[in-house]
Amino acid sequence: MAIRVNLITGRSIQQGVSMEAGKEKPAYTAACGIIELDPADFKKLGAFRNTNVRVTSKYGSVIVKAVEATQGPHPGVAYIPMGPWANMVINPNTYSTGMPTFKGTPVEVEAAKSEPVLGSLELVRKGCRGELA
Amino acid sequence: MTKTVTDVICPFCGTLCDDLEVVVSKDGKNLLEVYNACAIGAEKFLHSQAKDRLTRPRMRQEDGSWKEISYDEAIEYTAKILTEAKKPLMYGWSSTNCEAQGVGSEIGEYVGAVMDNTATVCHGTSLIAVQDIGIPSCTLGEIKNRADRILFWGCNPAHAHPRHMSRYSIFPRGFFTGKGHTGRKMIVVDPRVTDTARIADIHLQIEQGRDYELFDAFRVAFKGEQLPDIVAGIPKERIYEAAETLKSGRFAIIFFGMGVTQSLGKNHNIDAAIAVTRDLNDYTKAAIMPMRGHYNVTGSGQVWGWLFGFPFAVDLSRGFARYNPGETTANDLLRRGEVDAVFVLGSDPGAHFPFSSVKKIYGLPSVAVEPHETPTTEVCKVHVPVAFVGVEVGGCAYRMDNVPIETRKVVDAPEGMMTDEEFLTHVLARVKEIKGI
Repeated sequence: MAIRVNLITGRSIQQGVSMEAGKEKPAYTAACGIIELDPADFKKLGAFRNTNVRVTSKYGSVIVKAVEATQGPHPGVAYIPMGPWANMVINPNTYSTGMPTFKGTPVEVEAAKSEPVLGSLELVRKGCRGELA
Repeated sequence: MTKTVTDVICPFCGTLCDDLEVVVSKDGKNLLEVYNACAIGAEKFLHSQAKDRLTRPRMRQEDGSWKEISYDEAIEYTAKILTEAKKPLMYGWSSTNCEAQGVGSEIGEYVGAVMDNTATVCHGTSLIAVQDIGIPSCTLGEIKNRADRILFWGCNPAHAHPRHMSRYSIFPRGFFTGKGHTGRKMIVVDPRVTDTARIADIHLQIEQGRDYELFDAFRVAFKGEQLPDIVAGIPKERIYEAAETLKSGRFAIIFFGMGVTQSLGKNHNIDAAIAVTRDLNDYTKAAIMPMRGHYNVTGSGQVWGWLFGFPFAVDLSRGFARYNPGETTANDLLRRGEVDAVFVLGSDPGAHFPFSSVKKIYGLPSVAVEPHETPTTEVCKVHVPVAFVGVEVGGCAYRMDNVPIETRKVVDAPEGMMTDEEFLTHVLARVKEIKGI
């Protein structure tokens, strides 16, 4: 069942380390191509931990792996580390400040077991060429 | 045989740690070990040694493949797209030294560019707030030696500034803070139970996006006035408790991060945060400081501050400096399609801008000057790998408290690689030639 949560993004130390090691490497996808969900939200979603999910907002859609919140509990709040995956769905409006609204985007999360999480370069490349589903 | 370089500056975050030790081979060509750095800083040094590192510029071909080109060709392409564009965007400037920022700014003036740095997606809204109502701040040294009430609001230094708490804010023993962390009270405001929140004395798990309300509630609580039963998801008793804790200290410091600057309310959240600091000064000494991200984003604000009068979003396209966040900021310009060429140095908008902006970069003549392979290099037409500043070349950087620190070179860059400053100097010379200046 699809659930609705409030999405925030930000740095995690795994994001920082894998970013410096190379954003083209699988470790970066493992660190940032994820969504951290609260156990209560997992229950509503009806999916196992480490299932791929589709996250959709008014602004876009992306496939990431759903993992249990590492810095919770935070029911109703979901977290994708800063990076190209999060930026597919966050609210880009700046409301005349220059700052996109990276935190506080309402999103819908639904299981998408058979769809792959793309690497950062492939995600951006395919997105630019209009090749994403 | 090896040699150890001491007092090395870490070019990762705005904490700009200055106590690293790096072991290099005797000939100075290989970096072997990094001591004292956090996991991210160590990785940054070690990645410079990656065997698969790109060392020469490359240009995207029509079939999508890359073709290696010479630095001369890359300089020519860069100068050409910048001079031919009506309004080029020159973005980034945070993971480089102030010397390169200075040369880049001169290019920007000649070609009539819009200059924007990573503050635009980081603490740009803080800078707007500072222009609105000023900022009572201090240095990290003062915090280490004096602060006994530490408030982290919407920031998670355990992950984003890993050595901040051990070097400056929570654990060190300073001149008037001889008891270290036992003499300090730590408050964290965050919608998640972050690893920083777990070690706090008080954690207020705020409802996401309600920062302005909670800041105002603190101002009410300082005065002992009545609060509603719950504000921003926090029971009033806890707000009174946190307010009293802050008031009872000898020196309170508020650190704030992206939780405040990127949530709705944006610069107005920071207005409120600064007002809280001002009010707190009625009872004790209090200061406030943004947790700056890139190690030299503060420096690019400083350089443009003294060159143009504005710290980010500087539009030079009319021949003089204009500044109007929302109009002259990178994401607004890209989304509205108001720039016709993109030059990126020392940042990765491909990974950290909303995708709608990234897609616009893909459609424009574009250059990325960047040591790594990144989503930005993936969408740009030309990628120019350069030496790592702070590892393979020194230069000035500003810490998050606006203290300038000279970074150090510890190892040679691979043979024939240019630094940011060298590449920009060549581009500047070529731009002047083309313009007949």
